[in-house]
Amino acid sequence: MSRMIVRNGRLLDPSRDLDLGAGSASLLIEDGRIVALATDGEAIPEEGAEVVDAEGAWIVPGLVDVHAHLREPGQEYKEDLASGGTAAVAGGFTQVACMANTDPVNDDPSVTKYILDRAEKESPAKIRVIAAATRGLRGEVMTEMMALREAGAIAFSDDGATIMDAGVMRRVLEYSKMANAPVVVHAEDCALRAGGVVNEGSVATRLGLPGNPAAAEEIMVARDIRLASLTGAHLHVAHVSTAGAVHMIRKARDAGLRVTAEVTPHHLTLTDEATEGFDTSTRVAPPLRSAADIESLRAGLAEGVIDVIATDHAPHATYEKEVEFTEAPPGMLGLETAVSVSLALVRDNTLSPLEFVRRMSTNGAKVLGLEGGTFREGAPGDVALIDPEREWTYDPAQGFSKSRNSPWAGERFTGRVTATIVDGRLVYHIDRGVLIR
Amino acid sequence: MIGRDILGIEDLSREDIETILETAERMQEIGAREVKKVPTLRGRTQINLFFEPSTRTQTSFEIAGKRLAADVVNFSVSSSSVTKRETLLDTAKTLDAMDPDVVVVRHKVAGVPHRLAEVLQAPVINAGDGAHEHPSQALLDMLTVREEKGHIEGLTVTIVGDIAHSRVARSNIYGFRKLGAEVRVAGPPTMLPAEIEQLGVKAYTNLREAIEGADVVMALRIQMERLEGACFPSVREYAATFGLDRAKLRFAKEDAIVMHPGPVNRGVELAHELADHRPSVILDQVRNGVALRMALLYLVSGRGGASA
Amino acid sequence: MTPPAASGETPQQALAGEPARTLQSEDTRTLPPESGRSERVVLDDEAIRRALMRIAHEIVESSDGTDRLYLVAIPNSGVPLGRLLVDNLESLTGDRPPLGILDTTLYRDDLSIRGARPQLRKTEMPSSVDDRVVVLVEDVVSTGATIRAGMDALMDFGRPSHVRVVALVDRGHRELPIKIDYVGKNIPTQPGDKVVLYTEGEGGDGFVASEEIGALQVSVREADAEPGVSVREVDAGSGEGGGASS
Repeated sequence: MSRMIVRNGRLLDPSRDLDLGAGSASLLIEDGRIVALATDGEAIPEEGAEVVDAEGAWIVPGLVDVHAHLREPGQEYKEDLASGGTAAVAGGFTQVACMANTDPVNDDPSVTKYILDRAEKESPAKIRVIAAATRGLRGEVMTEMMALREAGAIAFSDDGATIMDAGVMRRVLEYSKMANAPVVVHAEDCALRAGGVVNEGSVATRLGLPGNPAAAEEIMVARDIRLASLTGAHLHVAHVSTAGAVHMIRKARDAGLRVTAEVTPHHLTLTDEATEGFDTSTRVAPPLRSAADIESLRAGLAEGVIDVIATDHAPHATYEKEVEFTEAPPGMLGLETAVSVSLALVRDNTLSPLEFVRRMSTNGAKVLGLEGGTFREGAPGDVALIDPEREWTYDPAQGFSKSRNSPWAGERFTGRVTATIVDGRLVYHIDRGVLIR
Repeated sequence: MIGRDILGIEDLSREDIETILETAERMQEIGAREVKKVPTLRGRTQINLFFEPSTRTQTSFEIAGKRLAADVVNFSVSSSSVTKRETLLDTAKTLDAMDPDVVVVRHKVAGVPHRLAEVLQAPVINAGDGAHEHPSQALLDMLTVREEKGHIEGLTVTIVGDIAHSRVARSNIYGFRKLGAEVRVAGPPTMLPAEIEQLGVKAYTNLREAIEGADVVMALRIQMERLEGACFPSVREYAATFGLDRAKLRFAKEDAIVMHPGPVNRGVELAHELADHRPSVILDQVRNGVALRMALLYLVSGRGGASA
Repeated sequence: MTPPAASGETPQQALAGEPARTLQSEDTRTLPPESGRSERVVLDDEAIRRALMRIAHEIVESSDGTDRLYLVAIPNSGVPLGRLLVDNLESLTGDRPPLGILDTTLYRDDLSIRGARPQLRKTEMPSSVDDRVVVLVEDVVSTGATIRAGMDALMDFGRPSHVRVVALVDRGHRELPIKIDYVGKNIPTQPGDKVVLYTEGEGGDGFVASEEIGALQVSVREADAEPGVSVREVDAGSGEGGGASS
């Protein structure tokens, strides 16, 4: 039997609203499963156990990222399951759901199996697969959801693209109920977005770049919520960026619809003003929005209208980004900086530490129907240690991702993941790097 | 200002603008000589890097450089980085390795001169980047107005046309405002960009109201592709609603002048009668363009220096 | 006119040289009350006007007829001198030679060395120089660089038959084989000294009419100073009033 004890931390388990120990809690994992928690005074016998000393850090259930692009198969020059999985554990994520816009598109069980197989061998984090909702992401014919489900997919999404035909979207949602999986939507009306690359507003006007209006997102969110109501399916709205969308999601939830939502660390902290200077690492879809939108997103996240903080980790090669702003592919890295960036919401009291962890771990597992996000007995031995005071400077060149496209290059952060444990095995430790399985 | 990039009017102070205009006034005299050349930039290399074709601006910069005795080299690049598979960074590094003394850049996407300037040691002059800025145009427009009116402070300047896609509009808005003029913009709602009033201008969709009492009316060129069917139903309707002619001009001040960055779509932005004669000062703009660009080249050419 | 040092008032004056920085178009200079340097007047208004009259006589005597004369002043300080000379020549001969103003800044040989671009002055050449006896008028000549730049500029305007040079002050330290045909006064100086022409009238590009010129004065400010005491850097370019770089 393998035993691991994680000790001397502040234990946060949102699944049971536990905030324990204030630096003296510990956790016992046996054979990859959670066995017991303890606080000071109740010592766990340590013989035969690997001991991980949290040194006062938060002990939280392994973080769950419900939205990342790991680029394998087909675009391994940007990222692959090995580098992506490594970046994930360095960021405290023990489970990562990867999107289907690979090459070939993951619209077939063979691709899903390939990914799961490769991940098993290559990735220190557990990779979950989100398969395409329509073939080739073309928005016309739905994929074989049952077969994909059987192959291991846990949700469906055309992310990167939007299903513009409402009839197709309705059928996708309808069918997904049978497959018992959420449909994740990248909500953007393509015609309204047109060539927009920056949030439509005074910043776009000043910079002379084509604008992408908030309405492009709001219209699609409105439509898809309506369809969710019509079908009773589980709709998950990806990377919400507008106040309008938050408002509509709130109403949908109040009405009892099965609508969940996620928001990215960058949409919570950066406005469109970050685009001044034309740094293409700030080009992202949906675009960075206004301060008013950020306020609404934060409020929505705090209220629980938005369930999850998801990274939308989107690696791109440096040479792909070092082009004209309108030519640069949208997207930025996220796995290694998500915690550090999002801790800003804890520091300014938008979220308590427990609520923060809920949105980065527990809720993600819930939304995707995964195990994890909890320290209940029998739960997977997935743990992340977060030191909220640790200062560091982020250099993408020193990171584990193959790519470098982050607007936070050179940024000084307070707060960092110091260790990650997957199924009772220490896979990442800040002083020792990533430990090969 | 040696070694300094000229990327946009937004970054120039009022004093900078005045220095440039005064220097341009001195340069005007050289164009009137028989030997239109001074040896000031002899041995300096000026590279005109134009990603977007433009005969007028490129020629104007070329003549300006040659009148200052610089060695002018024209690089016309017809495709984007992606098509050529050469990143902007590589283009910049390649150029930089040739040790130019000044690089003039035009591109149809905003921000390109800024990225190039980060790598190039030589100063970069923006000859137009997408819909963002076209500083030398605005400066020559200000020079022309100052010549005609004696001053800019207190004037009312109305810019008419596709403001949303116009770098000339933006640069002129910044420039004229910095020098104390009131600026108005006019065009169909589909051609007025979001929150334009935040730049300190009043926006109008009624041409008459926009030019009421104006001292300067500047008509912008309409790009036909953008016009027909998309932002505006037809050329005919645009000309009727926003095209300038003598009749409509009556609402401006009696001594108002008419400007246009060129080339003019006759019968669209400007009626024939306005394109060629007073009150239009279009050819003065072109003449001033060379002097203005000489001033810019004179002021910034060279590396580093006191005010880099 | 109040001597600059005594009152601390700002006299407007035509400068003997331009500031190295380009921002002002009016050249005004304030002398700090205690400058730590000594400044001595070497030519007062009367002496200057006498010298200009004498020079006018010399020009008339040495010229084979005065109808082809063309005075070309180097701005800014050459301009009032040029105007006064033209008045003098008219009173002597009845002919009023044309007065051109020729800025030599763009012809300087030291532009690449400098940190900033000097301010440009006006150029106004009302007549052609072809076949004329061009007389360059400058206030102070030192290295000869400005006169040399002036000759380069003249060649771009045409082909004078002769080029002569008037300098109100020759302070020596020639670096080029430039001779002065008509000199007001030779004043020995140290290389670091600054020699400045002051006038009461409006400065800058002005002096449209001689009446505006007011009283004139040439002073030498010695080099021993504390660094940074000088209010204005006088450069050697057009007008070689002084400063280390002349």
